[in-house]
Amino acid sequence: MMLGNCATSSSLSTESDEDIVNNNLTVLVVDDSPMIRKLHDMHLKKFGLKVQVAENGKNAVDLFRSGASFNLILMDKEMPIMDGAEVTKELRTMGVTSMIVGVTSLDSIFDRQAFMEAGLDHCFTKPLTTENIIFLLQELNKKNNEEN
Amino acid sequence: MDLVQLQRQLVDYRTSLYHEGFLDEQFTQLQELQDENNPDFVVEVVSLYFEDSERLLNELSKALEQQIIDFKRIDAHVHQLKGSSSSIGAQRVQKLCIVFRNYCEAQNVEGCLKCLQQVKHEYSIVKTKLESMFQLERQILNAGGSVPV
Repeated sequence: MMLGNCATSSSLSTESDEDIVNNNLTVLVVDDSPMIRKLHDMHLKKFGLKVQVAENGKNAVDLFRSGASFNLILMDKEMPIMDGAEVTKELRTMGVTSMIVGVTSLDSIFDRQAFMEAGLDHCFTKPLTTENIIFLLQELNKKNNEEN
Repeated sequence: MDLVQLQRQLVDYRTSLYHEGFLDEQFTQLQELQDENNPDFVVEVVSLYFEDSERLLNELSKALEQQIIDFKRIDAHVHQLKGSSSSIGAQRVQKLCIVFRNYCEAQNVEGCLKCLQQVKHEYSIVKTKLESMFQLERQILNAGGSVPV
């Protein structure tokens, strides 16, 4: 199982990793910063997740329109053309039920609240930590169990 | 200098960067993501940080030279720089960005200009320090050793 491979090659394993079953979970990272895309891509792959990246909101929407689907979407807020809140609203309007998690460096609670109201399931501060990812995997497993 | 001395020098140098507040825990997290399948991960991410920061610092310089200053635009750039600095653990640059944003909010041109100089200065220091650190790592690897964690 992929988690086994990660456990030997990474120092990130903790006892709680034993409980996390990935079931080939797929993630879309939407961020206009190449640095953040690379960081999140690597971090998520350490947990055995299949990662795709989109460099802006329009690309993310086009991916879904072309029939792609993902278990989890990590959404940056501040992006050109379409910001994270607009993309989230659009995806929800299209009927996307994937878990959408905002990842932002926004400081104000008011701004975060507005982002959440666009249709996010959770919102974290950039960059995502190991604890955040473990939490999200647990939430995804719960969601999968409820749907099956 | 022999291998053991090089390795000791690297550990001391790295420790000093944390002690002096140039790097924080986030940089450690970055190092922990690197593995034998991606041995250049940290260098690659930091290189992207350098490219991004230099672009943002140029934009900030241009924006502050304008007749009519667009504080919203300046704030957006500083916000981005703060975010990316925080992501790699460049603590001093990140902290200065917070001060910078306060001046933007107050629409204080003098304050912004002063802050920009300080950010440029701190950025160039952390860039030099990281490059020196990477050079030490390369010397160790070329000497057939492994980089101490």
